Amino acid sequence: MSHAAISADFSDRLDAIIALHKEREGPLLPILHDIQAEWDYIPEEAQPVIAAALGMTRAEVHGVVSFYHDFRDHPAGRHVLRLCRAEACQSMGADALADQVRAALGINFHETTPDGRLTLEPVFCLGLCACGPSAQMGDRLLGRANLAKVQKLVAEAGA
Amino acid sequence: MKDFIIPDRDFGTPAAKSAVTISLLVDGIAVSVPAGTSVMRAAAVAGISVPKLCATDHVSAFGSCRLCVVQIDGMRGTPASCTTPVAEGMVVHTQTDDIARIRKGVMELYISDHPLDCLTCAANGDCELQDMAGAVGLREVRYEAGANHFARRDAEGPNPEYRPKDQSNPYFTFDPAKCIVCSRCVRACEEVQGTFALTIEGRGFDSRVSAGMMSDSFLSSDCVSCGACVQVCPTATLIENKVIEIGTPEHIVKTTCAYCGVGCSFDAHMRGEEVVRMVPSKDGKANRGHSCVKGRFAWGYATHLDRKLEPMIREKITDPWQVVTWDQALDFAASRMRQTQAAHGVDSVGVITSSRCTNEETYLVQKLARAVLGTNNTDTCARVCHSPTGYGLRTTFGTSAGTHDFDSVEDTDLALVIGANPTDGHPVFASRLRKRLRQGAGLIVIDPREIDLLKTPHMGQGLHLPLRPGTNVAVLTSIAQVIVAEKLYDEEFIRTRCDWDEFLGYAEFLMDPRHSPEEVEKLSKVPADLIRQAARAYAAAPRGSIYYGLGVTEHSQGSTTVMSIANLAMLTGNIGVPGTGVNPLRGQNNVQGSCDMGSFPHEYPGYRHVSDKATREIYEKAWGVPLSPEPGLRIPNMFDEALAGRFRGLYCQGEDIVQSDPDTRHVTSALSAMDIVIVHDLFLNETSNYAHVFLPGSSFLEKDGTFTNAERRINMVRRAMTPKNGYEDWQITQMLANRMGANWGYTHPSEIMDEIAMTTPSFAGVSYDLLDREGSVQWPCNEKAPLGTPLMHVDGFVRGKGHFIHTEYVATEERSGPRFPLLLTTGRILSQYNVGAQTRRTDNLVWHPEDILEIHPSDAENRGVRDGDWVRVASRSGETTLRAVLTERVAPGVVYTTFHHPTTQANVVTTDNSDWATNCPEFKVTAVQVSPSNGPSEWQEEYGSHSERSRRILPAAAE
Repeated sequence: MSHAAISADFSDRLDAIIALHKEREGPLLPILHDIQAEWDYIPEEAQPVIAAALGMTRAEVHGVVSFYHDFRDHPAGRHVLRLCRAEACQSMGADALADQVRAALGINFHETTPDGRLTLEPVFCLGLCACGPSAQMGDRLLGRANLAKVQKLVAEAGA
Repeated sequence: MKDFIIPDRDFGTPAAKSAVTISLLVDGIAVSVPAGTSVMRAAAVAGISVPKLCATDHVSAFGSCRLCVVQIDGMRGTPASCTTPVAEGMVVHTQTDDIARIRKGVMELYISDHPLDCLTCAANGDCELQDMAGAVGLREVRYEAGANHFARRDAEGPNPEYRPKDQSNPYFTFDPAKCIVCSRCVRACEEVQGTFALTIEGRGFDSRVSAGMMSDSFLSSDCVSCGACVQVCPTATLIENKVIEIGTPEHIVKTTCAYCGVGCSFDAHMRGEEVVRMVPSKDGKANRGHSCVKGRFAWGYATHLDRKLEPMIREKITDPWQVVTWDQALDFAASRMRQTQAAHGVDSVGVITSSRCTNEETYLVQKLARAVLGTNNTDTCARVCHSPTGYGLRTTFGTSAGTHDFDSVEDTDLALVIGANPTDGHPVFASRLRKRLRQGAGLIVIDPREIDLLKTPHMGQGLHLPLRPGTNVAVLTSIAQVIVAEKLYDEEFIRTRCDWDEFLGYAEFLMDPRHSPEEVEKLSKVPADLIRQAARAYAAAPRGSIYYGLGVTEHSQGSTTVMSIANLAMLTGNIGVPGTGVNPLRGQNNVQGSCDMGSFPHEYPGYRHVSDKATREIYEKAWGVPLSPEPGLRIPNMFDEALAGRFRGLYCQGEDIVQSDPDTRHVTSALSAMDIVIVHDLFLNETSNYAHVFLPGSSFLEKDGTFTNAERRINMVRRAMTPKNGYEDWQITQMLANRMGANWGYTHPSEIMDEIAMTTPSFAGVSYDLLDREGSVQWPCNEKAPLGTPLMHVDGFVRGKGHFIHTEYVATEERSGPRFPLLLTTGRILSQYNVGAQTRRTDNLVWHPEDILEIHPSDAENRGVRDGDWVRVASRSGETTLRAVLTERVAPGVVYTTFHHPTTQANVVTTDNSDWATNCPEFKVTAVQVSPSNGPSEWQEEYGSHSERSRRILPAAAE
């Protein structure tokens, strides 16, 4: 049983989110976005409920949730640092930067620091190819990234 | 389709339906196909196989494997032949140097992430990946070993991408290591089965087939184990456990499933006399290549250890069984029957035929009664299921059968489903209906329960009329009133096909205020508005079809309900064209056939009354004996007469009346009062507890014959193995008849069919030669319709004019009151079949190990019943105990259960009420009380110990 299900009003809040989007054309993605905004991830127990409401099956919902890397199957740390690993950034030293950042934070990709403050994720292109390697912290984007700039970004976010 | 023996060739993409023909050249060969056909299929029609992995003609084209690329003059690049439709004058090249290079490159990529353990792989010799590697001439893989999904470990430790096999399903194994992610399985689950239990999770290199969500296995997912995914898998990723265990089959026997009335055609894949797997035939006209868990996998009962293979007799039913020779058993049976007749009269004995036996066997059993025993005391288990269908449709339309074939569902605009649960009872038909519902056809369900069909993924909103059990006639008559009151009827149809004056009389009957939706709402609890919506939707549909099941027939007004259904179809002109019609969903595979074959006490084969002199003369001449013009006893009358001491001998073939007939105690006391009960069955069934002779039967895999399905389709059953009991069932009946003085000399069931054809006008054209040639035919099959009749009543009703019957609602005597405040209705579940004698002896038990009682949470709360509790269900007939499940699928005041398990014996509770016209029992309505309980009822304990005692067998006496 995951964290969200323990919350007593889980199903009320879930139903409210579904009701908000159910009549839209293509309601599944807006529902998933709101769920992730609400609980910070997509609880598995929400998937059959969404499926029933939309005339789908839970396998199909799982297929969509798992397709998008940004939909999480468990909660992330308070902040998420993304390092671009796509080709353009790789050609500008993204792999070396990734090694440095992982060593400095003491965590691997997809992992969260023990204090729960920061999760490190790879991302494949942020659209900043002209100034790679690039990174992202919350809503803030970083071009021509290096270890120092990344660490500063992390510190500023209080992570 | 894996193609080791090419049973049905795979054309790559489904057939297109079009009147326009397109001509093209494929590798220099001219070919003409319907517009909309893919280039791949056109090539296949021309006899050219284009390499492919993701394409199969079970599902629509997907275009993902890139192996089927071709070159087309005037088109740029190399389009995928599966997704490219043909065009007039197209010139296609399937083999060029460019294409060969592309295909080899694609195969190299596939093989770089596939284990090379072909020699020990379960699909060895039956693997499309292997075939394609050969077809494209793959000789080396240039990629170095790297990230992959198949190695358990690499040099650094366990491979994080590796997933172990999923063996949760008892019949097949999912091995992700062998998966090439062609997504055939996902598409088959969606397009063919309609369950949507599978998906591709993740993307790119992380893509995998997933049953349900992350935490699901195949067993815990929505998977219904229909086997469609296993059938389309090109590799060993999804494969039958029997193939893993035994190896590849070496020959095929085409036959027909022995379960429900859909009558699916199957290819029995054999190794010697052992079945390796049953695969639905693509050329099967009822199932079109699809199957359900029962037909596909649940045939292991045929070799189950419980099966009794030797004849047994005993003096009294309290004695243990004595194993004897066939001669001893048949002599004992024949002399006891004759003694009984000598002492108590010719009509003191009778027979019961089974809907699970072939037409030929059934014909012989009724012939035994009429010609050898000299009595018309013959009845069939259809008495307890669809006898009202025969009566109702004969009265209104003129034939005792459904009007359409199953293909017709592809053309329907709206399906009205009444008292049927197709996803559980007739799963293959349900899949075909669901496909049509996803294409936009409407759905109305009239049923006390919210059946799964209403939850079909990706269909529009269905309309559910949750009526109180027993009020079918009221609701249907009210729907008819709305159609007439709002002038939604088809006047032209009624004027030409029915009698207009008779219609006016019927309309006047309908317009009485007692039939108004508001009045009917009071009885049925269906909101008046829903009744109006249903009436408008059905009347407005250009092609509206009605499918109904035992929820219609097994009522005190079963025949009236069938006639009100017929009225609706006539009112709206929904007869005679594809997509319309009135179609009973028959419970057992040969309900239609056993009725056709003259099993009923008042009818000869072909529904001709025994009092009809001309018909009687035909049979007197054919059989060489005088025949009685007096109708014999129906099953319930046999029991009543037995208790009165006047009916004392019974030959019961392939039917477990103790478990399947209502009011079990009445049945068992009737049987106990008889002098001779002969049970002819695979197992020592519940009825055999009261029998003196047990004749071991043969399974459908061990005999030749025919079954007739719900669409009147006569399908061949073919012998795949030698009968383990020594004889086919028709031979046993013949031996018994000859012991009683008959002089029958049939050497093959085809001779029995020839006799049927010779004496029965609607079967006149049927022969085994014809069936072998055509695969199947639908009766009537005679001079007028040499290849059979898919649609009936096309230009006019068989009886002439359609007949409107005034369908007055009469409440059943069975009503809820202070002592028994709930209404019990009974039904089926997907994984079990009828009394469960077959399916309980297979791994299907993982899905349904016991019968359970569905009860609404509010009713449960009032009684202090929690989910999973043992409860006692009591009616005025008896009581039993079972576990409760709380669900809102049933309305408050209604409870529901199944009757698959003899330990539950749900029919101890059901009453002896029955249909006014045909005596079909009222299984669907019983007033009951439910209370918490802590163990089996007194009846269950008593019955359990009796059952154990009466199944004792003494070792065979030394000769």
